[in-house]
Amino acid sequence: MDPGLTVDVRVSETDGVTVVVLDGELDTNSAPVAQQQILPLARDGVRMVLDMAKVPYMSSAGIRMLLSTYRQVTNNGGRIVLVGVADEVKDTMSVTGFLKFFQVYDTLDAGRAAIVQ
Amino acid sequence: MIERVDVQPTRTYGTYRLRAGRPIPFGATLVPGGVNFSVFSRFATSCSLVLFEKGQPEPLVEIPFPPEFRIGNVFTMLVFDLDVENVEYGFRMDGPFDPAQGHRFDQSKVLLDPYARAIGGRDTWGQPPDWNNVYQHRARFVFDDFDWEADRPLETPLEDLVIYEMHVRGFTRHPSSGVKHPGTFTAIRDKIPYLKQLNVNCVELMPIYEFDEFDNSRPSPLTGETLYNYWGYSTVGFFAPKAGFAATGRFGMQVDELKTLVKELHANGIEVMLDVVFNHTAEGNERGPTISFRGVDNQTYYMLTPEGYYYNFSGTGNTLNCNNPIVRNLVLDCLRYWAAEYHIDGFRFDLAAILGRDEQGAPLANPPLLETLAFDPILAKCNLIAEAWDAGGLYQVGSFPAYGRWAEWNGKYRDAIRRFIKGDEAVLPEMTQRIEGSPDLYGGAARGATASINFITAHDGFTLHDLVSYDDKHNEANGEHNNDGDDHNNSWNCGWEGPTEDSAVLELRQRQMRNALAILMVSQGVPMILMGDEVARTQQGNNNTYCHDNELNWLDWTLVEEHADLLRFFRRCITFRRAHPVLRNSGHFQHRDYVGSGYPDISWHGEHLWRPDWSPNSRTIAFMLDGQHAKGGAEHDNSIYVAMNMHWAGHGFDLPPLPPNLAWHVFANTGVQPPEDSWELGSEPRLPDQSGILVGPRSVVILVGR
Repeated sequence: MDPGLTVDVRVSETDGVTVVVLDGELDTNSAPVAQQQILPLARDGVRMVLDMAKVPYMSSAGIRMLLSTYRQVTNNGGRIVLVGVADEVKDTMSVTGFLKFFQVYDTLDAGRAAIVQ
Repeated sequence: MIERVDVQPTRTYGTYRLRAGRPIPFGATLVPGGVNFSVFSRFATSCSLVLFEKGQPEPLVEIPFPPEFRIGNVFTMLVFDLDVENVEYGFRMDGPFDPAQGHRFDQSKVLLDPYARAIGGRDTWGQPPDWNNVYQHRARFVFDDFDWEADRPLETPLEDLVIYEMHVRGFTRHPSSGVKHPGTFTAIRDKIPYLKQLNVNCVELMPIYEFDEFDNSRPSPLTGETLYNYWGYSTVGFFAPKAGFAATGRFGMQVDELKTLVKELHANGIEVMLDVVFNHTAEGNERGPTISFRGVDNQTYYMLTPEGYYYNFSGTGNTLNCNNPIVRNLVLDCLRYWAAEYHIDGFRFDLAAILGRDEQGAPLANPPLLETLAFDPILAKCNLIAEAWDAGGLYQVGSFPAYGRWAEWNGKYRDAIRRFIKGDEAVLPEMTQRIEGSPDLYGGAARGATASINFITAHDGFTLHDLVSYDDKHNEANGEHNNDGDDHNNSWNCGWEGPTEDSAVLELRQRQMRNALAILMVSQGVPMILMGDEVARTQQGNNNTYCHDNELNWLDWTLVEEHADLLRFFRRCITFRRAHPVLRNSGHFQHRDYVGSGYPDISWHGEHLWRPDWSPNSRTIAFMLDGQHAKGGAEHDNSIYVAMNMHWAGHGFDLPPLPPNLAWHVFANTGVQPPEDSWELGSEPRLPDQSGILVGPRSVVILVGR
């Protein structure tokens, strides 16, 4: 991980599903960097699973990055699901209205299964 | 796309990169690459931008606005690469300290931006502040990128609203509320099913602009617990939602949380009205704190005496100088912001008579501010409601400068209905005016029944339960020896002051609460009910609970079960009103038959048809609304007959004959035990005797002809 950053982004693709593992905190500094790495993946018809299990905290900017990513993926005819969202993050997203845009699953397997259907 | 030229800085200050900013809009605005700052001061000789790391007492840096970045009286600057989630900002201004000339500049103060859209420092309700921190209320940055999808203000016709006045914290703070985040915006969202079930279609939120609950906080002389500025009628920042009302205030996400609440209420058909306080600020008089306006441009923002002291038409120490052109624009910018950015449906203006005073405090015949708001294109569909009086003795109920747009809290409605219900003599002539939507007050040009916001109780005064349980106010808990609060409550305790086990007294109180609500729901105009009245919420006789963050103000949700009968009566009466357009005319009655139905639009009766008893000791009266005249004859509704007997004995009333295919059915009879005190729509039982009805002691009967 770049020592100046608080988040690491790892991308893998299997069976037509792009899995993006975010590792670290998403805030006003790290969110734009994470977004730069994720957005090129938002090509036509992408099926993307964002694995948030290693994201203990997301600031307002981090949550906004997710929604912006969601908009770009769906505008390109793709689909996106979130998995492993920590309870507190999920609560903040719910209270601020962001959660309702997303399909959220507990585990990576559940998210992967949902998105290939 | 070619990159814009203005995303590059033109100079540096230390490590900060800058360029000249734009004067419009005022405040701090996120722009590509940085933040645009803009602040007005007519008399400041210099200004610095003071940046803090979030919550830190010492500034990160102070960047003077270069002289060439000032345009007119506006200091502007674009600062690049700010960490907008972790930085707070303020201003430091230099200028004359000359109170006689109205100037109170103080270089030792860090000033809150008058246009701050989010404010930190009181992020969690009731968390004691560090009073040594030089910057108490700290401006923050806001992402104005909320995803509203298809939402917009609902634009429900004003006459169709049933308003529910509520306090954000009080609604769900009680431990019995069962919500995850008690006392917050998001908790209201959790309770939308309750509001839907009650069938109200507008919530009026008591002040939600950032205020300081520690403003004048003190220990209670009785209990020692902290007394707060709980109601919040003392604004710190007009553009910022109260962070302490948001579960996510500590994450700085109060803006998103409130917008999500508005969006969700709209999705459920419920409008959002804000109680807004533009008559004064939290800075008090010359002994009060310097938070913002006083240090930015005291002479512009406040009404000052010729000697430079603060006029006090608000009763709270200062008076905002609303008809100064600068301040007028601040108010306009503010309301436009809330209408456009938060999709707010309407505004109720606290002590609005002040908004019609000139810079010396004299009432204006044609107040520019009120006219500006009435004709503003962005506010064009917002409801504008005035509390048409102030603490300086200006009482404008019926005469508020309306421009065909402004409605009023009708204090005369409240007083007349209260007096009628408690059995006062000689109230009937006024009562009929109030039930008709106060044509004596609002019959003039371009007004109508919808100019009258009808209410019997509001946050200020007794709850409905206390109105029928106390003769006198009991405000000892406020710590002012019961000297605060209104002495003219027109209340009656039904035979015993306060709590009692006497079943006759309790039964009468139940009936009186129903009488009040029934009359409110069959009155022309726009009804407003107070949070918790539907479940007999008590403030233990306290009629001025502005300072209590406790069970005096919190809605106890166990009452929902305890008073399920009363709640059902409320729901049915509200539903009845919303189902019958004849109860919701926008104009006033003409007292004649202009559709050829055989009855005038409204007819007044007594125990005998067409012969109301107007004598001073009469306490009985009835009226019929002819269904063919609904909405000025544009809609066909059932006819509705209402008999009101506030005498302590029962009285028989003759009934107006209906066409042969129709019969009178009983919608409500407050003299009957629940659940038969009211009926669901369409299930109203047919009255056996169609020629007359006995109305019990102190009871109201509502019939529907179908």
